[in-house]
Amino acid sequence: MSTFLTEEPTQVTDAAVSTRLSSLDTLESEAIHIIREVVAEFEKPALLFSGGKDSVVMLHLATKAFWPGKVPFPVLHVDTGHNFPEVIDFRDRTVERLGLKLVVGSVQEFIDSGELAERADGTRNPLQTVPLLDAIQRNKFDAVFGGGRRDEDKARAKERILSLRDEFGQWDPRNQRPELWNLYNGRHTVGQHVRAFPISNWTELDVWRYIERENIELPGLYYAHDREVFARDGMWRAVGEVSQPLPHEKVITKTVRYRTVGDMSCTGAVESAAATVRDVVIEVAASTITERGATRADDRISEAAMEDRKKDGYF
Amino acid sequence: MSTEIDTARAAALLDEAPLASASLFRFATAGSVDDGKSTLVGRLLHDSKAILADQLDAVARTSADRGFGGPGAAGVQAIDLALLTDGLRAEREQGITIDVAYRYFATDRRSFILADCPGHVQYTKNTVTGASTADAVVVLIDARKGVLEQTRRHLSVLQLLRVAHVIVAVNKIDLVDFSESVFREIEADVQKVGRELGLGSDGIADLLVVPVSALDGDNVVERSERTPWYTGPALLEVLETLPAADELESHLESFRFPVQLVIRPQGALAPDAIAGGLDVEKYRDYRAYAGQITEGSVKVGDKVSVLTPGQDPRTTTVTGIDFAGAELEEAVAPQSVALRLADEFDVARGDTIAAAGTVREASADLYAALCWLSPKPLREGAKVLVKHGTRTVQALVRSVSGKLDLATFKLEGASNLELNDIGHAQLRLAAPLPLENYLHHRRTGGFLVIDPLDGNTLAAGLVNDHPGDHEDERYSI
Repeated sequence: MSTFLTEEPTQVTDAAVSTRLSSLDTLESEAIHIIREVVAEFEKPALLFSGGKDSVVMLHLATKAFWPGKVPFPVLHVDTGHNFPEVIDFRDRTVERLGLKLVVGSVQEFIDSGELAERADGTRNPLQTVPLLDAIQRNKFDAVFGGGRRDEDKARAKERILSLRDEFGQWDPRNQRPELWNLYNGRHTVGQHVRAFPISNWTELDVWRYIERENIELPGLYYAHDREVFARDGMWRAVGEVSQPLPHEKVITKTVRYRTVGDMSCTGAVESAAATVRDVVIEVAASTITERGATRADDRISEAAMEDRKKDGYF
Repeated sequence: MSTEIDTARAAALLDEAPLASASLFRFATAGSVDDGKSTLVGRLLHDSKAILADQLDAVARTSADRGFGGPGAAGVQAIDLALLTDGLRAEREQGITIDVAYRYFATDRRSFILADCPGHVQYTKNTVTGASTADAVVVLIDARKGVLEQTRRHLSVLQLLRVAHVIVAVNKIDLVDFSESVFREIEADVQKVGRELGLGSDGIADLLVVPVSALDGDNVVERSERTPWYTGPALLEVLETLPAADELESHLESFRFPVQLVIRPQGALAPDAIAGGLDVEKYRDYRAYAGQITEGSVKVGDKVSVLTPGQDPRTTTVTGIDFAGAELEEAVAPQSVALRLADEFDVARGDTIAAAGTVREASADLYAALCWLSPKPLREGAKVLVKHGTRTVQALVRSVSGKLDLATFKLEGASNLELNDIGHAQLRLAAPLPLENYLHHRRTGGFLVIDPLDGNTLAAGLVNDHPGDHEDERYSI
């Protein structure tokens, strides 16, 4: 035993085996493996579902993982109250189609009860953390699936696929468990829970190529449509109940689409003629602006905006 | 405000390079402090156009704030490429990298996942983590310093983890005036260390050496005219053409399939599947075993053994391979599928389905190399958990029989293991597991050691053969 593992390796045979899996097939298999591991090892998982494309892809993967059985966990939506109506409609239709239970954590209820205060800028994305943790604790969810991807942000790039959260939902980036091979360690103590990110290794382009390949339905606002908008913070904002132009902000009609859907008061549209999923795939492949930088005002606040929100228990 | 796009280029790219069939390649980087690893990663991302305009703007602003570049610097030279890979606030403040970060980029030929492993603090922990899933690892050497003790440590860990391809990038070749003799000397040293370790000489892995300048981009994406004496490929070309580990593993004869869960919907069939025309009668008594193929391939009609700890292996036939409504004739690693079997015996999570006649007897005695990843040291007599495949069992650490001096590759006496140590240990398991030598089976030969108290991962384990024993003699069935 003076040397380590220096024997001859197993011979590779020339047996006729199909060619290598495509990157999408490999990513799909990895995600399904992770979803099944979490379901097998946790008592009560739930999937964060906003109607946004990443969560829609997550749900699609879950249906494939357990076919022909039902998806064996509920979906959880943290409702900012600042929704695009067509997204809520899409959410409800999807839940109905798959026969799922929907749990809603409402930002509005927390504001009404005085447990949360409206921010001066009216943005509600940062307010989602409290209702999220409340829903997790009230429902005793011990694992929560999210559609977060490591290519989205510098802080996410360092997050594990299974990410342990303490009683306060906090993420401790300096004390993460090493993740080895495809062995995921989801052990946790009472009060802790785990966030699971099965599509961590997907890029925005992978998500769109997958949506195209699998013919996955999305809310219509991901595709080009005419909308009344005004310019603010270098983005096009939709005119809506919670998103009103100031006197000096001129309202015009533009052909736009959304690259992310979230709080209507801080999510911007991009000018785009991409009306089909194929158009979007081409647009994303050619894009020179990352999706968060282009369309999320809350990530522009500071260089460490996402990191700070994650430490506080955000998605 | 609008998405700036070059749709013509994108459409051409999508048509010419069939992105839908491009394969995935995972690699990691490892290096010592100040050998320019972050700059190399930044250069790869930048030159392969993975860096988007807004990220580059942010980095350029920060670079200017910090006075990077200096008088006369222009364009990319004026940007601190290392900033592209800094993630956390503490890292930016301290100018260091704390944790493994994952990066994504694609070329016409491949999609890449890069595990960027910091070199200085906890380098063993980070290198082991990054290398465990890597098809290749790029180790950096500073051309002015040559092979250091740290380089030997890195190569030693990579050999131990059986990484398929090791690429040594001799960086800062511009600072030695693109000298061929300097490069050749380092190359010879690297090959010598490789031979001592068995890297690149016995088919376990190949070992390539490439001269680069991460700062200027020589031989990173394009071959450089400033190193005319180097006739090999640029680093990115190497990464684009090496076979991936799962490509090698899917060709192994030994099919392995740890069962994750049993799919048995009974009454609870998916409403969307029923709406889509699922034959409800046919699936009323459906029962299949879900999992991911860890190596090899399986066909309908194959004879397989079901391995359940504490029971004799049971042999049966694969009657179906299902994937979300599609009935497959064959599946390969790393596909996630559900298998149907001819015999209705009890199969559960934690069991392994394997090609019949290729599996050795399950054992409760575990001899292993442990890469210790926790600040809490390992002591003989400790009770731990071992997670292997889809099963977690209790284990007792019977003895620690030495730790490896990574610089000399010699085993020295030790009775405990501390953070970043790699040593040998013998464990007694509460239930026998179908353990396989890590050398032959990178997936079923690897396991986690977990602290039963707080659930933290303590070590990465690599299964060794029992002393005086050879795997081939222990095959059963």
